[in-house]
Amino acid sequence: MNTWRSSNASTQNKKMKNNNVIEVENLTKKFGDFTAVNSITFEVKKGEIFGFLGANGAGKTTAIKMLIGISKPTSGKAQVAGFNVFTHPEGLKKNIGYMSQKFALYDDLTVKENITFFGGIYGLSRAKIKEKRSELVEELSLEDIVNELVGSLPLGWKQKISFSVALLHEPKIVFLDEPTGGVDPITRRQFWEMIYKASNSGTTIFVTTHYMDEAEYCDRVSIMVDGKIEALDTPKKLKEHYKADNMNEVFLKLARGPSPALPEGKGANN
Amino acid sequence: MSISVQHISKSFKKVTAVNDVSFEVNEGELFGLIGPDGAGKTTIFRILTTLFFADKGTATVAGFDVVADYKEIRNNVGYMPGKFSLYQDLTVKENLDFFATIFGTTIEENYDLIKDIYIQIEPFKKRRAGALSGGMKQKLALSCALIHKPKVLFLDEPTTGVDPVSRKEFWEMLKRLQQKGITILVSTPYMDEAELCDRIALIQHGKILQIDTPQEIIKHYPKKIYDVRADNMYRLIESLKSFEHHYSVYPFGEFVHYTDKREDFNPQELQQYLAANDHQNIKIEITKTTIEDTFMELAK
Repeated sequence: MNTWRSSNASTQNKKMKNNNVIEVENLTKKFGDFTAVNSITFEVKKGEIFGFLGANGAGKTTAIKMLIGISKPTSGKAQVAGFNVFTHPEGLKKNIGYMSQKFALYDDLTVKENITFFGGIYGLSRAKIKEKRSELVEELSLEDIVNELVGSLPLGWKQKISFSVALLHEPKIVFLDEPTGGVDPITRRQFWEMIYKASNSGTTIFVTTHYMDEAEYCDRVSIMVDGKIEALDTPKKLKEHYKADNMNEVFLKLARGPSPALPEGKGANN
Repeated sequence: MSISVQHISKSFKKVTAVNDVSFEVNEGELFGLIGPDGAGKTTIFRILTTLFFADKGTATVAGFDVVADYKEIRNNVGYMPGKFSLYQDLTVKENLDFFATIFGTTIEENYDLIKDIYIQIEPFKKRRAGALSGGMKQKLALSCALIHKPKVLFLDEPTTGVDPVSRKEFWEMLKRLQQKGITILVSTPYMDEAELCDRIALIQHGKILQIDTPQEIIKHYPKKIYDVRADNMYRLIESLKSFEHHYSVYPFGEFVHYTDKREDFNPQELQQYLAANDHQNIKIEITKTTIEDTFMELAK
């Protein structure tokens, strides 16, 4: 099962205490006089599935951009996969995986070419790419479509391949930004089984979603409202605390702050 | 009959996007096309809004033929495409004025129809559309699609990528529009929204799987579904899939939905099997069927 990622445990990062792979303290991002992310603090442990929820415009995308090293925070501290986001964003990028719904794979390259391309980008050797590629083809039963253009595949397939590609270089953390939007319900579940599998072998999963049933699959969930983390706990405890039957109710109770007419759209690109 | 679709098919090169689809929507009905990306929903919308010709079949909208009477249809329907298609460089107010003018009307003339929606974005009427948030773009697009008081409203995935709070608000807006006598055809990949429609068509790979009210569709699900829970979700799924009598195993929120191949399934037996496989805090309870269960069964 998932043998192509078995070396992960041995590459465990030693810089961070308590097995944390993400440590964020008072992280803030301002655009002019607009505070998109307002002093957020949290940790994520190795192997954890961490759900990062919030309404459109709450600041999720801005926060993720800081955590993956492509947007410089205004203030605060953040350590991701052992790298400081202020001082070592390049080292950070090599040690994480990222996948979003908007940009996943190149439509006009074949499945095989995409794997080879991203393997190269992540600095894997030719031999290693070849090895990974055959493992991936077997794992996802891609034999029949490996030479097809990615653009011709159904969305669900693209997303499953894209997730595997984000894991090619055995990152400590994978950031998934709405990976299952629009995907059919069966494939959506297969996708989550892949997430469980990766987490089970030690990879940390940082995921955003608008499907509240998926929030229940996470070990812990944070809910952002107007740039702040308003709640952070296991789904079970959140439901108890907000006296809700499911995460959808928790979200509805929390996610719309008192002032819906805030100047949205300045920061995060929703 | 507000919309009538008879044996419509449409292919693009090798791909059959819509394959012999027929359905009818009554006047004043809120009808949902429910299916994932690539099911053919957008192609159906484009045929009905006269932007594509079908390869085969016929269709009418508001009594007009989609080929012969395309000009009448364009004057009588509102269409909100899945992709944001307003002018990004025009302001909120300019976009709305533009669409009103094109249809030979004014914002004032049909203001009561869009009022509920428009007042939410009116504070930003001088902002360029491109600088709006997702939720506000959606409200502006809906206002523009309504400004000429259409008989039929086509909404292609209006809530995709929209957070649960905004989705809820959007559906409340749709219900109010329906009460004003507008027929609405809406598509969505979110199965929980199906239950908010009067009738739905479940669609996948260009084919309609079933058409009925959400209640009837749920009623026809052939099996009893059990919620199963245990401490380790990943191991639980693996164990259930290894259980020889399992029919389907799907994670569903905090539970796994389990169905058994046998008519006379006894949950006690599964409980013992899971306990023997070292699962802790096992809980098995019969549960209600959802549209999503039905969809997955039909799409199998």
